[in-house]
Amino acid sequence: MYRYDEFDHQFVSERTAQFRDQANRRMSGELTEDEFRPLRLMNGLYLQLHAYMLRVAIPYGTLSGKQMRQLAYIADKYDRGYGHFTTRQNIQYNWIKLEETADILQALSDVEMHAIQTSGNCIRNVTTDHWAGAAADELLDPRPIGELIRQWSSLHPEFSFLPRKFKFAITGAPHDRAAVKVHDIGLRAHKNDKGETGWEVMVGGGQGRTPMIAVTVRDFLPEKEVIPYMEAIMRVYNLFGRRDNKYKARIKILVHELGAEKFKAEVEAEYAKHPAQTTEVEQRELTRIEKYFAQPSFEKMSRFAPHFENAKRENVDFARWAKNNLATHQVDGYTIVNISLKPEGGIPGDATGEQMRVMATLAERYSFDEMRVSHAQNIVLPHVKLEDTFAIWQVLKANDLAAANYGLIGDIIACPGLDYCALATARSIPIAQAISRKFADVKKQEEYGPVKLNISGCINACGHHHVGHIGILGLDKKGEEFYQITLGGSSSENASIGTILGPGFAAHEVPDAIETILNTYVKLREPGEEFLGAYRRLGPKPFKEALYAAA
Amino acid sequence: MSDVEKGQVMTANRLRDGDAVFLTRAGIWSEKIDDAALVQEPQATAALEARAAEDVKTNHITGQYLIDAERIDGKIRAALTRERIRTLGPSVRTDLGKQATGTAGAFAAVEA
Repeated sequence: MYRYDEFDHQFVSERTAQFRDQANRRMSGELTEDEFRPLRLMNGLYLQLHAYMLRVAIPYGTLSGKQMRQLAYIADKYDRGYGHFTTRQNIQYNWIKLEETADILQALSDVEMHAIQTSGNCIRNVTTDHWAGAAADELLDPRPIGELIRQWSSLHPEFSFLPRKFKFAITGAPHDRAAVKVHDIGLRAHKNDKGETGWEVMVGGGQGRTPMIAVTVRDFLPEKEVIPYMEAIMRVYNLFGRRDNKYKARIKILVHELGAEKFKAEVEAEYAKHPAQTTEVEQRELTRIEKYFAQPSFEKMSRFAPHFENAKRENVDFARWAKNNLATHQVDGYTIVNISLKPEGGIPGDATGEQMRVMATLAERYSFDEMRVSHAQNIVLPHVKLEDTFAIWQVLKANDLAAANYGLIGDIIACPGLDYCALATARSIPIAQAISRKFADVKKQEEYGPVKLNISGCINACGHHHVGHIGILGLDKKGEEFYQITLGGSSSENASIGTILGPGFAAHEVPDAIETILNTYVKLREPGEEFLGAYRRLGPKPFKEALYAAA
Repeated sequence: MSDVEKGQVMTANRLRDGDAVFLTRAGIWSEKIDDAALVQEPQATAALEARAAEDVKTNHITGQYLIDAERIDGKIRAALTRERIRTLGPSVRTDLGKQATGTAGAFAAVEA
């Protein structure tokens, strides 16, 4: 499990005290808003439509029961009894008061958490595969290298004033669940013939108004060189990245404008300047960090779980949930439980304080005191005995947490949109709710198979619409909300940016449009062919025809 | 025939808690848009701007700006969906925000 070391303790305490002082000086007028804004943003505090919003960092989305309980406590005491899990594996609170923020930061630091670097032009919270350390297809746990990057990048003076924000994502599995190709830097683990670990380094991916797929600059970077090499990339970006235009300041624009080859040459030249030995990671340090993420002491069990099999036979709802929401674990007898935060008609990613406590208790009791937040805004219990899943499901069901739609059309990613966000151009959540209600029947969802539907309420793309198999972008047209639909996006190892299908739709037309798209797929698919595969084979034409023919 | 008067309203967020507030004729900040001064004349607009700038200095509000609005039968309707949402609270959580505390504006985010 990720944990603080003595350095974290010190700087987080210091930072909380500093923020308390800064907030007081702001409220007394010693600091102007212009002076205060960058300070509050460095601590994850935004001003939104109805109140301040606080974004709390959850490195690798990893949480203990105690930490989740504290998030619940903050939701109940300082917010309105709920929080919103985000596409960056973090949590946001929507109703924060400036005058209480320092107390919240203190409450967070009591459980080794904080909101540092969840905003601003710095290296943000490092994200990884939410099944890290558990997934059957994993080569290695991506979190130790993530932790190394987190420690290196926390309050790094050289990289605290970058041209723009900077996001890392890391996967240790060939099947990419961390969306590494649409991050500023993505790392993917490989093993060579000798069994050594190396990292494929991908740079310049991103979403937002200019979506791009990252380019690979190194195929196999030895593990101990990761930090010095990242440093070289950051230096090239810091030097050449544009600061004249906010919209052209991300590293993806630099990579694009220089060209991948030239960019790579700049990085290699920078890397050659500084002998790697000075900052290369000692094996001792890597080993120390790896211990934080050591596998829990799994029991030796049979792959066959008789109680689990019985429960599935006897309870069709449980069987359906088990089929959709459990994933294969590395260890026989164990499974990965995916708790969908997407109940029918619900708000994607929202959980009440009470639900957080329920999940904390389940994690403590059944999953070695560990949870993960996924970038799809769900919660994962990573290490659960198959034999315990029926008991878990019953508790989830009693708390509106048993939606059996994991990975299906009902498992929608949506940003807060214009209901909360000051940047949004249209609402996202009501669209998600309407689609969720339209496809409420999970049997129907299963017929459509795996589909990722992502909704953003503005071009900044927090709802990852560019990489949804079906993406929806909410825009404003002369004061009216309208929604553009894209098809064919993907954030996995075969990443792609979705293509805009045609003219946008009014809010009330969107659910029918989605149904038309899905029915077109069902009509044209080959046996066993999933939505994305069918789209890639067929192209947009049949979908366009179906969607716009009637109009 | 309803009585419609077009103009502008000064809005901001209250510094301490971030709540959306609207500047009244009396020069105070109200949580209710219906209390706001709706102005048309450049001179009146300038007066609202001056007052808001003053209240920024005294640390009462932050992020002030003018919004287009109209008064319909005594109630003020902000022109943009975004601003109507600010006068209500989230449309997906009608149990929260101004709409739950009796300080809401009279117009829905999106008229059916």
